[in-house]
Amino acid sequence: MFSETVELRGHIIDSLILPKVLDTILTSGGSFKIGEVKIGQNRADQSYARVEVSAPSGEALDDLLLRLRQHGAEALEKKEAQLAPAPADGVFPPEFYVTTNQQTFVRLGKDEVEVRPAIMDSGIAIDGNTARAVRFYDVRKGDQIVVGHNGVRVVPLQRSTSRTDIFHFINTSVSAERPKIAVIRELGAELVRIRNEGGNILVVGGPAIVHTGAAEQLEQLITRGFVQRLFAGNGLAVYDIESVFFGTSLGMDLERSALSDRGHENHMRAINTIREAGGITQAVEKKVLTRGIMHACVQHGVDIVLSGSIRDDGPIPGVTTDAVEAQKIMRDKLQDVSIVLMMGSMLHSIAVSNMLSAAVKIVVVDIDPAAVSKITSQQSFQSIGLVTDVEPFLRELVAGITAAETKQEASDSSTAVGMTETAGVKQMSDGAAAK
Amino acid sequence: MRDLLLCPPDHYGIEYEINPWMSRARGADTPMVQAQWRGLYEKLCSLKANVSLVTPQPKLPDMVFTANAGLTVGRRFIPSNFRHQERSGEAPFFAKFMEERGYEIVWLPENLYFEGEGDALFGADALFCGYKFRTDINSHRAVADLLGCLVISVELVDPRFYHIDTCFCPLPDGGAFWFPGAFDEYGQRAIRDRIPDIIDVPEEEATFFCCNAVVLERDIVLPQGPDKLIAKLRDRGYTCHPLPMTEFLKAGGACKCLTMFMPQRESCKV
Repeated sequence: MFSETVELRGHIIDSLILPKVLDTILTSGGSFKIGEVKIGQNRADQSYARVEVSAPSGEALDDLLLRLRQHGAEALEKKEAQLAPAPADGVFPPEFYVTTNQQTFVRLGKDEVEVRPAIMDSGIAIDGNTARAVRFYDVRKGDQIVVGHNGVRVVPLQRSTSRTDIFHFINTSVSAERPKIAVIRELGAELVRIRNEGGNILVVGGPAIVHTGAAEQLEQLITRGFVQRLFAGNGLAVYDIESVFFGTSLGMDLERSALSDRGHENHMRAINTIREAGGITQAVEKKVLTRGIMHACVQHGVDIVLSGSIRDDGPIPGVTTDAVEAQKIMRDKLQDVSIVLMMGSMLHSIAVSNMLSAAVKIVVVDIDPAAVSKITSQQSFQSIGLVTDVEPFLRELVAGITAAETKQEASDSSTAVGMTETAGVKQMSDGAAAK
Repeated sequence: MRDLLLCPPDHYGIEYEINPWMSRARGADTPMVQAQWRGLYEKLCSLKANVSLVTPQPKLPDMVFTANAGLTVGRRFIPSNFRHQERSGEAPFFAKFMEERGYEIVWLPENLYFEGEGDALFGADALFCGYKFRTDINSHRAVADLLGCLVISVELVDPRFYHIDTCFCPLPDGGAFWFPGAFDEYGQRAIRDRIPDIIDVPEEEATFFCCNAVVLERDIVLPQGPDKLIAKLRDRGYTCHPLPMTEFLKAGGACKCLTMFMPQRESCKV
């Protein structure tokens, strides 16, 4: 869509000029968003409206603006984006524009170009007619970087108005004191919908998944096709494999909930076994690793991104220890993700939410309310935060998915009835539109 | 007693074509022009109006249509910014005339076309302004700023009725008569919202330019022909004075186009 902002001033309410302009936009095949309306207080006071007008092509927009101009709608002066060269590798020019995670457009000459990807805390590099969000490490000396705010337009994400959208009616955060089953069931239905539409689901997981005994539930999600990507640290992989080999997680017996004898050695021996096999995938292929989260990921083609930290033991093969390199890999794997489940891993979750467009939905599950609010506040229109232990959450989620799939199977078998109802609804809306 | 401005038709003629009524092939008959204009002048004088005359200028044939000189409110005169080059030469003469009589002259920005009382008529509680053919809607905003009054902007859609005074005539009782077909549906609604008690004029009478009338309290001076309208106005207690206006219709004008109120209103307060 091509768009432009126009302003209307005068007695535009009493003269019905505002409704006329809005009707003209719609009947011409365009659309509008009202940015601001100020109604005069006294009889002689004039009113003001700022309206963003969109049309399917540049030509259609020009025609439409010409028609609106005769009713007094004046286009705001268009300013081009200002550019300056990067002074050195890894350095932005002074006053460089810092991105948000919202959809952003840059005006270059007559055209508006969308900045891709829509990620926060980046600069914008212009190359011909493309606009890229770039991090420090992407910048090369001489790159043309957007400076100042002229010619940059941010389109804030609108909160969904659909009452059926779980991300609308949850209102961001569910505290520890409130029931969660209904929300988690809805979420299960949402995941089924996303999977059926071919969307990609990312899990960002911490070792708490294994510590709390929820590994089996996550394994089920993976085997049933509800996980396409897994981002984690060294810990999740190590404790998952330790639990498969020894039945412990950091030495804690998961069955008895008690420390096992010389249990502190177990995770070191698990790492050593994987190193000896040549890596996680090789361990699966050699049938050294036969169960667990990592095993399921390898078996079902889930992309695993393990990034290391300074306190890691090992690390286990496959962990990227260069933080900048890990960021690049994660960004690359985030491009086509529809929803992210973040569970028991505050630092990895913050890292991922920093790289996400505001349009991506996220679900944050953590026992620590501070961790939940920290992450949901960045994606406030598209996030659900649940303050709870990971294990009961995953158990309910798996049950919710099963319930949603059962319901779907039942409705699939009565398709004929569904079609009749749909036809009825369509007829009603046509009738209303014709009035 | 109302003060009016007229201009003798000494240089009047169809010398160019800037509206659908004008045709250089159909010129005006000079003796009839003089007789019809004098008929109007004498009628207005007889209705106890105080008529001033501006000196006509050669090569400005439409100067006779003084309604387009500008808009006068109290002692302020807003001169027109004519859309057509052919008429723009009139503005300085009208401004000078008004200035010499002690009016404050307030020009609108040059880029805003505005054709005075022809497109700005006070009625009910507002100033009704037409736009599109001659006047820009943006000039309405400037006029509203200057006068501090409510301006109802209405779009004119029929090129035969290119000024609002050709299709809409407010009455002192808060009513009006009009040809609704000259306005788009939003303009029609905006006018009806403020003047619910409005008399519709059928198209065959509207084309006599019967809405182009000079209203002086209970007397209405209008072109000959609209018998249905005259009957309705009589029922409402008005006395109609129909006059022959055929020679001025050839240029798209009639009684009101030939007359400007000095002032149209003393103030914008309702």
